[in-house]
Amino acid sequence: MVEVTLWGSLGAAAGGKNKVDIEAKDIRELFRKLAEQYPGLEPLIDRGIAVAIDGTIYRDTWSKELPEGAEIFLLPRLAGG
Amino acid sequence: MNFDPRYSGRNFTSVGTRPIRPDGVDKVTGRARYGADFNMAGQLVGRVLRSPHAHATIRKIDTSKAEKLPGVKAVITAADLPDLTDGDAAMYDILDNCMARKKALYDGHAVAAVAAVDARIARQALKLIEVDYEVLPHVTDVDEAMKHTAPLLNDAIFTEGLEEKPVKPSNVTKRTQYGHGDIHEGFGQADFVVERSFKTEQTHQGYIEPHACVANVSSDGTADLWVCTQGHFVYRQHCAQLLGMEASKLRVTSSEIGGGFGGKTHVWAEPVALALSRKAGRPVKLVMTRDEVFRASGPTSATSIDVKIGARKDGTITAAEATLRYSCGPYAGMWAEIGAMTAFACYRLENVKTVGYEVLVNRPKTAAYRAPSAPMAAFAVESAIDELAKEIDMDPVEFRIRNAAQEGTRSSYGPVYGPIGIGPTLEAAKNHPHMKAPLGKNQGRGMACGFWFNFGGQTCTDLNIGMDGSVSLAVGTVDVGGSRASLSLVAAEELGIAYEQVKAVVADTSSLGYNDMTDGSRGTFSSSMATISAARNAIKVLRERAAQMWDISVDDVAWEQGHAVAKGEKHGNLGKLSLKEIAAESGKTGGPIAGHSELVADGAGVSFATHICDIEVDPETGATKVLRYTVVQDAGKAVHPTYVEGQYQGGAAQGIGWALNEEYIYGKDGRLQNAGFLDYRIPVCSDLPMIDTQILEIPNPNHPYGVRGVGETSIVPPLAAIANAVSNAAGVRMTHIPMSPPRILAAIEAERAG
Repeated sequence: MVEVTLWGSLGAAAGGKNKVDIEAKDIRELFRKLAEQYPGLEPLIDRGIAVAIDGTIYRDTWSKELPEGAEIFLLPRLAGG
Repeated sequence: MNFDPRYSGRNFTSVGTRPIRPDGVDKVTGRARYGADFNMAGQLVGRVLRSPHAHATIRKIDTSKAEKLPGVKAVITAADLPDLTDGDAAMYDILDNCMARKKALYDGHAVAAVAAVDARIARQALKLIEVDYEVLPHVTDVDEAMKHTAPLLNDAIFTEGLEEKPVKPSNVTKRTQYGHGDIHEGFGQADFVVERSFKTEQTHQGYIEPHACVANVSSDGTADLWVCTQGHFVYRQHCAQLLGMEASKLRVTSSEIGGGFGGKTHVWAEPVALALSRKAGRPVKLVMTRDEVFRASGPTSATSIDVKIGARKDGTITAAEATLRYSCGPYAGMWAEIGAMTAFACYRLENVKTVGYEVLVNRPKTAAYRAPSAPMAAFAVESAIDELAKEIDMDPVEFRIRNAAQEGTRSSYGPVYGPIGIGPTLEAAKNHPHMKAPLGKNQGRGMACGFWFNFGGQTCTDLNIGMDGSVSLAVGTVDVGGSRASLSLVAAEELGIAYEQVKAVVADTSSLGYNDMTDGSRGTFSSSMATISAARNAIKVLRERAAQMWDISVDDVAWEQGHAVAKGEKHGNLGKLSLKEIAAESGKTGGPIAGHSELVADGAGVSFATHICDIEVDPETGATKVLRYTVVQDAGKAVHPTYVEGQYQGGAAQGIGWALNEEYIYGKDGRLQNAGFLDYRIPVCSDLPMIDTQILEIPNPNHPYGVRGVGETSIVPPLAAIANAVSNAAGVRMTHIPMSPPRILAAIEAERAG
């Protein structure tokens, strides 16, 4: 079980929740379960979401494991210049 | 990804040196081919008809007269670019921006296009297209657009992110909020509070090369596109989707790039050129004029920002708050949200709250501009930080050092930082001779910090070893700042060979796997990771081939300094085999030798910079002169230090222009008044001092060499550093960018008047 903080505009898409508990071993499972439990997040996940694991931001790596007790933040995927 | 990206702390031979760039000679002798330098036999000239109105319903377009003009081979409107976006709102916005459908949403919005045998006939044809407009009220100012009385750009937009679902449409597409703690409690603990409002005007990236492409659609449905872009693979995806093509049937080749800075991350003319070519059955060349680049490509947001920061007498910040309103042009964006994320990212804050509002206006669709949205937020925050330091009577550098984020700090946008470089950049600035240099009359010094995220992303690289031992490196990230040199250094480092033995090229979309856009300061970070991986795969093959040549087990072959070395006492008499010797025998040992890599480069690592600036202000005219400028920035590891310095200097130069002169000026009619470099003044050499640089190297733990992106962070601090310098020189706080002479003079006179 990991505690996931939904930041910025993502919380609103999850029914106003800023923190959710999810049983997930990696980013893929996290996204799948988030979409199941909070359908409002699914289109945002499809468009692209960034996952910060202990401060390091990952954008596309489904296989990235979520260590037990890690700090997980979901952030909007940003544009660069 | 079977590749360990962790920092290894190795010593370097090639990386960190400063060889001449492989594209340098062609560029200085005029041989390099930019977007407009490509031509095809039988190509037509494409031209675009643009709306003269800021906001208008398109009732009817009659192209019949233009189509009958001899020499005209195709005329297109939105009807020739049907909506194939399948509910993808972002792609629909791109489509609508490339060619207006029901409404023209800004001065310069494309409404039709022609392909003709020459430019004269194409221009004549544009004049023969009759567009029946119903002119609508418009709004171009970000604050005005937020008012309930403002003309609505899109009555289907209801503000997202509000606690209560709105019942009326709005130009505000979204509200976002970041932060932690309790700011009310924090401000209650403050002995000093500074509260200010700031504005920044819209600016353009100002790349010298305009958008240019040649499109050639064949009758069999395949197509080629030669284009100046920061990301030809993304252009391929977008153009293929908009034109209903399979991506593999559209080959996109990127030209040399004469500047992009985020502005060439977006398709504008390319789908139009492809649609024209498809209709005409001939190649079409479309080059935007400078006027079109200003009016109809993607400048940055105009902003309006309120900042409030409180601190105790001892210099500890107790609370920080910002409300950021960013213009998006006529389509939804996330520009204010990025500003809200980055605004206070340099600081260790117990109580922080930022709120962003995305605002639609009748201006061109906002595009990324180098660390998009961060410079404006930094201008507001760093100005208030400087003012607060003065209130507390504390040195501005010491004040920032006291409150700087560090490893373990919870960032203002959420996650806790790993190892970061804000503290070291501040310490370096504090100890830099620039900070101690004397100032003269009417001169002021300013400094400021800046933050940017940096990104990685999907990356694919091929490394091929020729039979003569030379190495071809094919990458898919466009070389926007010297990356071919940097990546050649990386390949040379891994293989243990000379830099001159490596030739790096940017491959087209049919020759290499997908690569994300070259944005987010990712070019060298991502492609160096893929190059290291590809080189290591090639070394594995080289070891196998050496084992064959020696007829020993590959387990007994190591790779050391560009040579295969037989390990173990039983092989003690075998001499080394060089890469060249192994390559020469490759035809007999299994064929070509290559290394390939496809990966997602994650863990780019955030980046920080501190800038120092000296300015002289003429109190009689408000004119300014930048006397001295210093950039201190963390590069993780500078692969090619000269090009890292170039990025630092380039960001500072663009920032100086943005801070002091550049702005989009709209008339009351909603039309852009200064769409050219004569009236939109970017800095020239005589406006700039020598920009000194200091590279710090705090290794990124998520890259084998410790590399961090360096391309964007350097534009984050300049607006603030310069504003602080001007404010100190003029004796009045400047709150409106650009600080053009009339604006400075008005501020001085208002201060004198009390």
